[in-house]
Amino acid sequence: MEDNQIEEGEKHRDVEVAPALISVHPSQNSVAVAVGSDLRVHDLLGDGVVSLLDNSGAPSHKDSIRAIRYGANGKLFVSAGDDKVVKIWSAESWQCICTVSSEKRVSAVAISNDGQHVCFADKFGVVWVVDLHGIDGSQASVNKKAAPLLAHYCSIITSLEFSPDGQYVVSADRDFKIRVTIFPKKPLDGAHEIQSFCLGHTEFVSCLVFVITLDYPQGFLVSGSGDSTVRLWDITSGSLLDTCEVDAKAGHLESNGSDEGYSTVTGLCVVPDSTLIAAAIQRQVVSIKGENFIPTSLANSSSTGLLWMVTGVSNLPGFDFPSVSRVKVISGFNKSSPDCLEHEPLVLEDSDIPGGMKLLEKLQGSVKVEEKVFSAAAEAVKTAMCNLLIKKQYSSDKREYRKRTRNDKKIKQ
Amino acid sequence: MLEKESNPTISKSTGLPRKRFYRARAHSNPLSDSHFPVPVSPFHVDFSLHYPQFFPSTGEVSHLKKIQFADIGCGFGGLLISLSTLFPETLMIGMELRDKVTEYVKERILALRVSNLGQYQNISVVRTNSMKYIPNYFEKGQLMKMFFLFPDPHFKEKNHRRRVISPHLLDEYAYVLGVGGIIYTITDVEELGDWMKSCLESHPMFEALAEEELEADPVVKLLSCATEEGQKVARNGGQTFQAVFRRIVPTS
Repeated sequence: MEDNQIEEGEKHRDVEVAPALISVHPSQNSVAVAVGSDLRVHDLLGDGVVSLLDNSGAPSHKDSIRAIRYGANGKLFVSAGDDKVVKIWSAESWQCICTVSSEKRVSAVAISNDGQHVCFADKFGVVWVVDLHGIDGSQASVNKKAAPLLAHYCSIITSLEFSPDGQYVVSADRDFKIRVTIFPKKPLDGAHEIQSFCLGHTEFVSCLVFVITLDYPQGFLVSGSGDSTVRLWDITSGSLLDTCEVDAKAGHLESNGSDEGYSTVTGLCVVPDSTLIAAAIQRQVVSIKGENFIPTSLANSSSTGLLWMVTGVSNLPGFDFPSVSRVKVISGFNKSSPDCLEHEPLVLEDSDIPGGMKLLEKLQGSVKVEEKVFSAAAEAVKTAMCNLLIKKQYSSDKREYRKRTRNDKKIKQ
Repeated sequence: MLEKESNPTISKSTGLPRKRFYRARAHSNPLSDSHFPVPVSPFHVDFSLHYPQFFPSTGEVSHLKKIQFADIGCGFGGLLISLSTLFPETLMIGMELRDKVTEYVKERILALRVSNLGQYQNISVVRTNSMKYIPNYFEKGQLMKMFFLFPDPHFKEKNHRRRVISPHLLDEYAYVLGVGGIIYTITDVEELGDWMKSCLESHPMFEALAEEELEADPVVKLLSCATEEGQKVARNGGQTFQAVFRRIVPTS
């Protein structure tokens, strides 16, 4: 009987659900959504049509995409995930300019501020760096090798960020750690000098973002975690400056079906005027015009006041749709208006979204998606995230059982 | 006291814990998820529990005196006990992943404190996975000496990432070691000895100690003879391979 239980657990792991991801070009030239192995890009400047040029012929990604991101200067775009391939695209021509193979599945990506280095983290906790010097996108896709930069000891890295001044690379993991490492002049030799560790979270750290203010251009680090807090850090010393209990803040929005104690912070986004931070959390169901919407990913561009959200999953078991997604946009975060809180942030009607229905069709795959799918999707994302990041707690019975079945134990008498 | 005498795990003649009651498996998987409590940060470690004589007030975490020596994978604690009398004013801690072994060292230190009044107050032990949680225990540049004596060799290439000395983990050791701090490694496995030496040599934040510095350092002599593992090697007439390196400021 117990064997069955274990087998079931194995089976569950086979159907891995990946949350939908969204990323917006720094000046909102385009928007990218990744659902499962599908990468969808909508151009907001031209006629909206973007076809990804990848000379390999086969689909760009063969398995779930786990990380997408635009470079700070808007020239590059990176996608990576479970198929152990990192694709670096030109964000103008949408030509794949570089393909990097990873030994393990990729969990996070980052692009240095000058666009010369791409970092990605794998499931073994190693962060790799790819040097892009000499690649300008004029030639066809090149294959590059990555060099190990740093490592968290066998902990899944959940998020990677470069500091605004480019001096540090920050990595967060499922062991509550945030490591701030000096980004070296020769990154291919590895980053050995650790500036600080930001310690304070009591569950996995899920997301990182920098806040830049006029008084503090180096920026503060903000992190979201499975312990349902958002914390503010000074990265040079690693000291904790502030903690925000998201549960308490979100209290007034809470739906009646609050069953669990924790709401995991899954996404963070800094509003351009840098006084507001948007946080996406699990459990909480934001009711928008009768639709249940739990964003799986957030994004915005530095130039506009729009906050883009997406929800959805790939490989949703029990439904006809192989992968579903829904895009929403919130406006009202316009910069330099301190009184913006007076008028509530507004969720745009589908037709008011830049790019309109055409964009939605491209990014969602279809305009209308059944509502009940999303509640199922939200549930699936939550389970997937828990399986991935929360440490398994075995009951003492089960632990004893596992010990008993260990085949290397000496038999007494 | 009476209670202790009836306790079979404590030897009646020496008052020390008896090793046979603390047998543990020789190896422990450092990669598995840890289910023991881990301090959130170095400021959350209550030192009054570890060093009651140095930190008399319970509860309030005082940081006047900091731990300076760490024995990573301290095993049965032989090195800590030798170092304790050699550096009576220096706080040191042993870190061990195996629960039973940690219990043994804890009992051993307590028994030594009872039988040698005023001594052995500067050593303690924690059960933790030092490969994962070193930054949770020590602040940047806090340590002056780190010991890695007879670590698990992990021969298979697949398992090399479980080795306690590895290029990436050295970054973390360089973080907790102050400039000038010394890392001591020793093993009886030639292959591992070469590995540890090459890892340290190719790391930009470590440099090897000169021969005469090794001669002058009283701690170097303890490496091969103070620990249980070292004594076992000596008994069997085995060879040992040591690498002693200093933390330096990287030249860039």
